[in-house]
Amino acid sequence: MKVSCPFCGNVCDDINFDGEVEREKLCPLGESKLTREKRRIPYPMVEGERVSYDEAIERAVEILLNAKRPLLYGWASTVNEAIRLGVILAEKVGGVYDTTSSVCHGPSILATIEEGLPGGTLGQAKNRADVVVFWGCNPAEAHPRHPTRYSVMVKGFLVEGRRLRKTVVVDIRKTATALLSSKFYMIKPNSDFAILTALRSIINGNDNAVPNEVGGLSKSQLREFAELLLSARYGVIFFGMGATHTRGQDRNVEALIKLVQTLNRHTRYILQPMRGHFNVTGADAVACWEAGYGYAIDFSRGYPRFNPTEFSAVQLLRRRDCDAMLVVGSDPVAHFPFDVVRHMAKIPVIQIDPHYNLTTKVANVVIPSAISGIEAEGTVYRMDGVPVRLKKFRESEFWSDYEILKAMLERVVERKGGDVVW
Amino acid sequence: MEFTLVTARTMEQGMFVEDKLSEDYFKATACCEMNPEDMNALGLKDGDRVRVTTQYGSVVLYVKRSVLDVPRGVVMIPLGIYANRILPSESGTGTPIYKNVRCRVEKTDEEVLSIEEIVREVVG
Amino acid sequence: MVSLEVRNGFVIDPMNGVFEVKDVFVKNGRIVESLDKPEMVVNAKGKVVVAGGIDVHAHVAGGKINMGRKMRPEEMRYPRFKSDNLRSGVGRVLLTSPAIGYEYARMGYTTVVEPAMPALYSIHTHEELDSIPIVDKMALPLFGNWHFVFKFVKNDEIEKLSNFIAWVLAKTKGFGVKVVNPCGVEAWMFHGNVYSLNDTDPLFGVSPKEVITGLISAIERLKLPHSLHIHCNLLGIPGNYEVTLETIKLTRRFENSERQVMHVTHVQFNSYAGESWKDMSSGAEFVAKEVNRNNVTVDMGQVILGHATTMTADSPFQYELFKIFKTKWSNLDVELETGSGIVPVYYSPKVRVHSLMWAIGLEIGLLVDVDKVVISTDYPNGGPFYSYPYIATLLMSEKFREEEMKKIANVERYSILPSLSEERTLEDVVKMTRVNPARILGLNDRGHLGENAKADLVIYDLPPEPNPRDYESILKALSNPSLVLKDGEIVVKEGRVVKHTWGETIWVKRDYDEELIGDELEDFFNYYTVQRENYGVPHVRREVVLC
Repeated sequence: MKVSCPFCGNVCDDINFDGEVEREKLCPLGESKLTREKRRIPYPMVEGERVSYDEAIERAVEILLNAKRPLLYGWASTVNEAIRLGVILAEKVGGVYDTTSSVCHGPSILATIEEGLPGGTLGQAKNRADVVVFWGCNPAEAHPRHPTRYSVMVKGFLVEGRRLRKTVVVDIRKTATALLSSKFYMIKPNSDFAILTALRSIINGNDNAVPNEVGGLSKSQLREFAELLLSARYGVIFFGMGATHTRGQDRNVEALIKLVQTLNRHTRYILQPMRGHFNVTGADAVACWEAGYGYAIDFSRGYPRFNPTEFSAVQLLRRRDCDAMLVVGSDPVAHFPFDVVRHMAKIPVIQIDPHYNLTTKVANVVIPSAISGIEAEGTVYRMDGVPVRLKKFRESEFWSDYEILKAMLERVVERKGGDVVW
Repeated sequence: MEFTLVTARTMEQGMFVEDKLSEDYFKATACCEMNPEDMNALGLKDGDRVRVTTQYGSVVLYVKRSVLDVPRGVVMIPLGIYANRILPSESGTGTPIYKNVRCRVEKTDEEVLSIEEIVREVVG
Repeated sequence: MVSLEVRNGFVIDPMNGVFEVKDVFVKNGRIVESLDKPEMVVNAKGKVVVAGGIDVHAHVAGGKINMGRKMRPEEMRYPRFKSDNLRSGVGRVLLTSPAIGYEYARMGYTTVVEPAMPALYSIHTHEELDSIPIVDKMALPLFGNWHFVFKFVKNDEIEKLSNFIAWVLAKTKGFGVKVVNPCGVEAWMFHGNVYSLNDTDPLFGVSPKEVITGLISAIERLKLPHSLHIHCNLLGIPGNYEVTLETIKLTRRFENSERQVMHVTHVQFNSYAGESWKDMSSGAEFVAKEVNRNNVTVDMGQVILGHATTMTADSPFQYELFKIFKTKWSNLDVELETGSGIVPVYYSPKVRVHSLMWAIGLEIGLLVDVDKVVISTDYPNGGPFYSYPYIATLLMSEKFREEEMKKIANVERYSILPSLSEERTLEDVVKMTRVNPARILGLNDRGHLGENAKADLVIYDLPPEPNPRDYESILKALSNPSLVLKDGEIVVKEGRVVKHTWGETIWVKRDYDEELIGDELEDFFNYYTVQRENYGVPHVRREVVLC
């Protein structure tokens, strides 16, 4: 049978399994994920002492119910079925639900709120795109099979391969992806917004408004880039942290969206954020239909409220405005700026994860889970939102995220009162 | 010397991201890449140690010659606890700015903290 | 679940010819002939008793509405339900899934059809449907721009097309065949659209006419319970009523004595005469005439003045809206299959075209034969689904229409609504919201209160023939049912949701021979970015399979 790889936003679903995972199609990230043994959390623990699942869950529930403002964070590395319970759990404990989007593509979501998202599925790049742009992203290192499965070397029904596709990389440094491309524009740091605006001006026929040099690109390079973009019959722009993590953040993404809006007046273009984790898209989507928003959601008033600067995990911790934290399938101690990690050490932290990581070192309650996509099945959404089923191909004694969260939710509702509404 | 700091995902960092207590992960994240000419100007060779300081914090890392061209004036640190040791949390959008932060780079003899040590330092 | 008697209510059950005071008995989730000792008795004296409402077309689940939520937090900031016993729910016109279920139930609706499911995303559509409490649901996969369909139609391979449809319904747990701007969405991949039934798509060279008639042939061959469900070409464009008439006429060569051969959805948006926005007028009279003399049905697609969000699979049209309104715009091209576009809108009473659209919807509701029309707003395109009581009251009361027309722009020269004195009765409204939808969908277990029907039942505090001049009472009563039963359980009391239940997902199973279409499946799956063996929906929460 075929199994799907649960690592990055590609969610490749063509991995052969015949009693064992076949390495043939795996990239190094997938190989590490699906075939390498790593240090697992061996059993549930409370304050470092081994306990049963029931005891750990009980203690976790106590912590959440006693907290005034618990933060439930992570979610991007588990399946929709578990995430849904997580959102409802956050609602029932009156806490905050936040996902890794808040340190990653949060600005893309903010830009979508301003401008919408002119998008399409990855098959559009595969089949139709004769121009592909990688703006501030580096799939060769972060989404390795992207070029071969979806965007560069792949054979589609209108574009039969690499020769018929122009690939452009825009970045401040020559990345491995730039080596695969026909054109590389090296830009100065923090110049994305200006360059995108210049491109739009040229495409709109206002190139006299554009100075001789913008962000390290000369006017003639900008003209050449604009012409290349317009030459497409169908173009796709992929973008990543180069836009969201640099000055301007959401404004950079807005500028990308507006460039695509402008291009659509002349030809067809779509924009695709390169989502990092294999189900960060699902973590957004499930929260949207259950609670109305994708991340940074506060339930303390009994209904969901959204505010990215107030309720995203880093900001909540920064203001010391949360007094307990549940971390599901994530490692904020490793990935948040250090000053906010300090607060994590001062509050009770519950961790649900298969693997030992840096957050484990500050977790008061540690609950090991089955690995989604290997030991637990479920639905995840690829970076373009296409749902893919993760399969279970190995038995495990560990509870799945779904089972753990279900037990927690049941106990919370039992104690607080209320119907079974999930 | 003044540099622009960028942090990014790398293949190695990604391969060991679920194995954060391993030697491989330490090697993949307790390091930075610089342009060969900048390294020469600072008298650095592969495997030397540097102290990278922003207005937010300071950390000691191993330095590597960039295989592809990290441009002059840029230092690249892979995503992880070492990078986050010197990054700001304040942000208008809620999402921290993990790239293009100004920093200073100096050659140093100080040791690079192990994963255990840096966690302890960060957590206080 | 207790057995129940609904006593002394005035039962309006047109399907079974009932229009009188009658006791209704409920046991094990079904209507039964009688009960000796019901465990509970509900007093319905002075009130009407009807079956649960059925919505044949509302975009309540899937990638489109979810993207709508994601891009419109301004819509989500309206709290409706706090998380006490039940779930919290928010939303102005776009609602969260729990709120959708609760608001349908509070209105006395118990079945909903999600009319536009991109097959590649069918797992998502069903995940969201499974998060909507109380109501039963169905989903219609989109066929009108699917490459398989183009290929089979081009070669006139109706047997293969039928097999393909059956394969899709099984894989996606789909209920029927939906078509949106046939050929136009594929044309948008090339920056174009189609402008007549004879234009062709740029890739396969087939026309909307061929796609429509090919699909109807296949659907009738399969004897699907529901007919072709179509969002016509040229939606939203002044002058489009002619294409609508031509589309309806395509049904003439088909016969079906059980049900309609075509259901034209949100037909208000396809009933425009005139040549531009400046001289646009109502073409509803022509459309209604053609509907009345053919074996087709329609749902209104009523515009409700105020906020709305346009979201359809008609991606080229959605792009045009973006250019007109200059607001935010989302688009989703779905490889090989379909597309979609989302653009927020505000229908203003000051804008003549919007007021005219409002009037045209009501013309449709009054001019089409009462057995052929269903109330809808093409939620959320025209407006909220919870405004159905408002629409019903407008259809029932000329005085209410007059009062509402005072608040909008003058549409006298463009619409005959001001001159229509027709008033639908409450029984008519029951037909338009219960009887017709059940027949149109081919479901015989609902839309009525005969023996063995589902015990989806609603009590409204109204007399059987309410006074049309007292429209405020009508509106109030229809918006606040005294009681709603779903599968025999009390879910709403005095307009308040009291129980959170889960409804059923109904899909249609027909035999198919996968080998017959094996070559095409293999060929096209080379171009998909998911594996053929992974395609489709593995399970839903509560499944009902119609064979």
